[in-house]
Amino acid sequence: MPEQPLLHYLWIVPLLPLLGSAINGLFGAKRPNKYVTATAITSTGLSFLCALEAVREFFESGQVLFRKDSFTWITAGNFRAGFDLQMDQLTVVMLLVVTGVGWLIHIYAIGYMAHEGGYYRFFSYLNLFMFFMLILVLAANYVLLFVGWEGVGLSSYLLIGFWFLKKSAADAGKKAFIVNRIGDFGFMLGMFLLFRAFGTLDFQTLFAKAGTWQPDAMGQFGTLTIACLLLFMGAAGKSAQLPLYVWLPDAMEGPTPVSALIHAATMVTAGVYVVARSHILFTHSPTAMLVVAIVGCATAFFAATIGLVQTDIKKVLAYSTVSQLGYMFLACGVGAFTAGIFHLMTHAFFKAVLFLAAGSVIHAMGGEQEMSKMGGLGKKIRWTYVTMFIATLAIAGIPPFAGFFSKDAILFASFQNETAGRILYGLGLLTALLTAFYMFRLIFLTFNGKPRYDEKKVHVHESPWSMLGPLGVLAILSVIGGWFALPTFFQGPDYFANFLAPVFGGAPEAAGAATEAATHQLELILGGVAFGTALLGIVIAYWLYLKTPRKPDDLAKSMKPAYTTLLNKYYVDELYAFLVVRLLWLSTNVFWKAADVVGIDGTVNGIAHGAAAIGDGVRHSQSGNTRSYGVWVVAGAIVVLAVIFFWPGAGKAVWGLVR
Amino acid sequence: MLHGGHLLSVLIFFPAVGALALMMLRGDDHKFIRAIAMVVSVAEFLFSLLLLRGVPIGSSGYQLEEFAKWIPAPPIHYHLGVDGISMFLVLLTTFLTPISVLASWKSIQHRVKEFFVMLLMLEVGVVGVFLSLDMFLFFLFWELMLIPMAFLIGIWGHERRVYAAVKFVLYTMAGSILMLVGIIWLYNATGTFDLPTIQQTLATGQLILEPRTEMLLFLSFFFAFAIKVPLFPLHTWLPDAHVEAPTAGSVMLAGVLLKLGTYGMMRFCLPLFPEASHRAARWVAVLAIIGIIYGALVSLVQPNLKKLVAYSSVSHLGFVVLGIFALHNISIQGAVYQMLAHGISTGALFLLVGML
Repeated sequence: MPEQPLLHYLWIVPLLPLLGSAINGLFGAKRPNKYVTATAITSTGLSFLCALEAVREFFESGQVLFRKDSFTWITAGNFRAGFDLQMDQLTVVMLLVVTGVGWLIHIYAIGYMAHEGGYYRFFSYLNLFMFFMLILVLAANYVLLFVGWEGVGLSSYLLIGFWFLKKSAADAGKKAFIVNRIGDFGFMLGMFLLFRAFGTLDFQTLFAKAGTWQPDAMGQFGTLTIACLLLFMGAAGKSAQLPLYVWLPDAMEGPTPVSALIHAATMVTAGVYVVARSHILFTHSPTAMLVVAIVGCATAFFAATIGLVQTDIKKVLAYSTVSQLGYMFLACGVGAFTAGIFHLMTHAFFKAVLFLAAGSVIHAMGGEQEMSKMGGLGKKIRWTYVTMFIATLAIAGIPPFAGFFSKDAILFASFQNETAGRILYGLGLLTALLTAFYMFRLIFLTFNGKPRYDEKKVHVHESPWSMLGPLGVLAILSVIGGWFALPTFFQGPDYFANFLAPVFGGAPEAAGAATEAATHQLELILGGVAFGTALLGIVIAYWLYLKTPRKPDDLAKSMKPAYTTLLNKYYVDELYAFLVVRLLWLSTNVFWKAADVVGIDGTVNGIAHGAAAIGDGVRHSQSGNTRSYGVWVVAGAIVVLAVIFFWPGAGKAVWGLVR
Repeated sequence: MLHGGHLLSVLIFFPAVGALALMMLRGDDHKFIRAIAMVVSVAEFLFSLLLLRGVPIGSSGYQLEEFAKWIPAPPIHYHLGVDGISMFLVLLTTFLTPISVLASWKSIQHRVKEFFVMLLMLEVGVVGVFLSLDMFLFFLFWELMLIPMAFLIGIWGHERRVYAAVKFVLYTMAGSILMLVGIIWLYNATGTFDLPTIQQTLATGQLILEPRTEMLLFLSFFFAFAIKVPLFPLHTWLPDAHVEAPTAGSVMLAGVLLKLGTYGMMRFCLPLFPEASHRAARWVAVLAIIGIIYGALVSLVQPNLKKLVAYSSVSHLGFVVLGIFALHNISIQGAVYQMLAHGISTGALFLLVGML
């Protein structure tokens, strides 16, 4: 027995959900739900416990990067990729978020999915997702990471299309998969380029080599920049950034626990994780960093504006997720990887609550998702209301809830950025205002005001405890999740940043004491500004939706073009449908019908017909008629004689040929 | 016998024995015929597993070689051998054949006996191609495999089956004629049909080919294989053949027969004519890339599911050719992998399409 049993057998952590998935998938169909539940919950729960124990051992060993090469998977020439797992501080954060939140959502799903067909199928997919996600965060090289990366894409596809009889769900699944594949294409090219440049895809060796990488002759457009941008293309696909974000809102067709787990808390953050994991590459390329920051910031703002007018409760949350992911990329882009990961963690907590609570609302309303048909639910489903309210405070950025600290850290970091700090900060702050507004709009429309549904028909009921329990735990986490950074406001250390410092390097400590005081003051001011902005957003929402409930409609009418543009999500889907789908469809049809059928096959058949025609022509000479053969013999003899007679040299040539 | 002695011969001729046995049966007991075909093909698969022991991992060169004099003049001999590449392809073949038998269990109700005879003879031809080390023997099996496949398409196919079968045969024949010319030229120059001997003669410089001659020879072989792959723009027989073929035929066609082309490129084009391969590599790669993208795009708009899979084969085999002609250690390994993966996955796809 090794000293740290679970670190050495780290593969157990991902293996458990895989087993659960296999058992449920292969034998679950005929079993009662009880067994399926037990398998799914036990496997993920055990996985969570193992992860906890592994993390404990990691701390015990003094927090040094641990890696374990289990076996070699691919060798070809000098290329090697192994099933290598590693554990460092970044992994710890991701591992705990994935297993912890994942387990809670599994528990929630018992209640939520209780009456659905295909119960075993659902849990089999969900466990499969956990397996791939754990591979993704534990992998010690890009190739294994990519296995997890594609795997979560697959499980995401399966789960979005879970109700595959519904056409919209099946389409949404396909859309998610295809858009992700576009990003993955870039990701793969990025990997190839890295392998070409460094000869390895193993994190440790690669980053060690990249650390001393000399910028090559191409400067700004050197290898690293291109590789980083290609990796970011994959990240943008997975994490739903501009211009590849279109799949995420549609992904809400999946069951709500799926939206919470995959499309809010874990999978969509994989892109952020990859950028943070490759931070050494990114920091070597200012251009790539700037692109990440701009895309992140633009996405944050863009998605928030769409979120303002959506009426489907899950769609609001979906755009809010896109927007928050934009924040995380903004953080990475300005070099504040810690802040990005911090926001990733807090976001996992409060967004999980938001989705699960929304699921609880939908459950209570008997499947209704339109907020215009809700209202006044606060009194009837009190626990859902309370938890959702806490999470909303967290996402809006009200201290001391978790979201405030992480968002503040991001805004603070972007303010200090030299290249485009003020613009990034300004847009970020504006987004914070919009966030607070649309989130409270959601709360007010759903839980406050007068009921807008038929109270006789809809029997509103609170959800079972299996659903409320996880909600409560996650709500508590979204309160206290940000307190790691609390001491910074009293000139204390930032525990979260210090914890991740071995991974990202401890840059902030470099500043002198005098500037530190100034920085601290700036931080306080900016924190105050952010808080004020959030409050303003809440007040506007309160005034519009509770005080003067008719006002929003008037506003929408008076600003009709803007409103319809937002409602139709800037017509991006339509644009893609025309530019990509339609044109591709037309051009490939031309390819097929003109080039393939007429061009190539036409030539082939033409040759065949030509041969047949010649054969047909010659056939007439073989008539079987003795007299016609006689004519041919005479004609031939005349030709031969004529040649010999008129062209003396030819006879010799013919003779030579025959001999 | 089974530890090395004549394993390869057994692998080639065991299905032929099975086919012979089937031929002697009366044709109306369909159940019995199917059972025999199944037993034979499963047993063949089990035999082929012995290859795993016969070809040690990391071994180089041909293993389990067999040699018997056959025709003294011209010196055509029965020379068999297996290495890492052909072993996997033989395994793929013997693995897919029982599956094809199973896939035809219910769907073939007409001339059942003949169908399974053809299927088994197809296996004989394919395994023979993979294991032959004598060029003439290779050519023999290459043509032998053509006949049952053409019948599979032409007799048990769908509406336009005769057209597809004829197209398949003519296309392939056009290539193999050129290959025959190449083989005979090499025989004239070296006095032997034996592949390792020829390879040695060329490698040691006993026979030095003019660049022009080498290129022509290269092309004569390459053309035959490119049709079989099929490489763009020689691919149009494939969609027709797939659409018209019965499920088992499609499985064997996509799973195994297409690999014969890429196998030939690896076995003949690269080792025999390295210089010409090197010079042609750029153009072949261009064709392969066109094939990859073109095949994918065309398969995108296919209304016919079988055609869709067929064009995707064009695309994927393009990857294999690209891997081979990237002339790199890693890329050739990748090509072999892709051949196996494509064989299994496309075989499975055609099974599914056949069921629908």
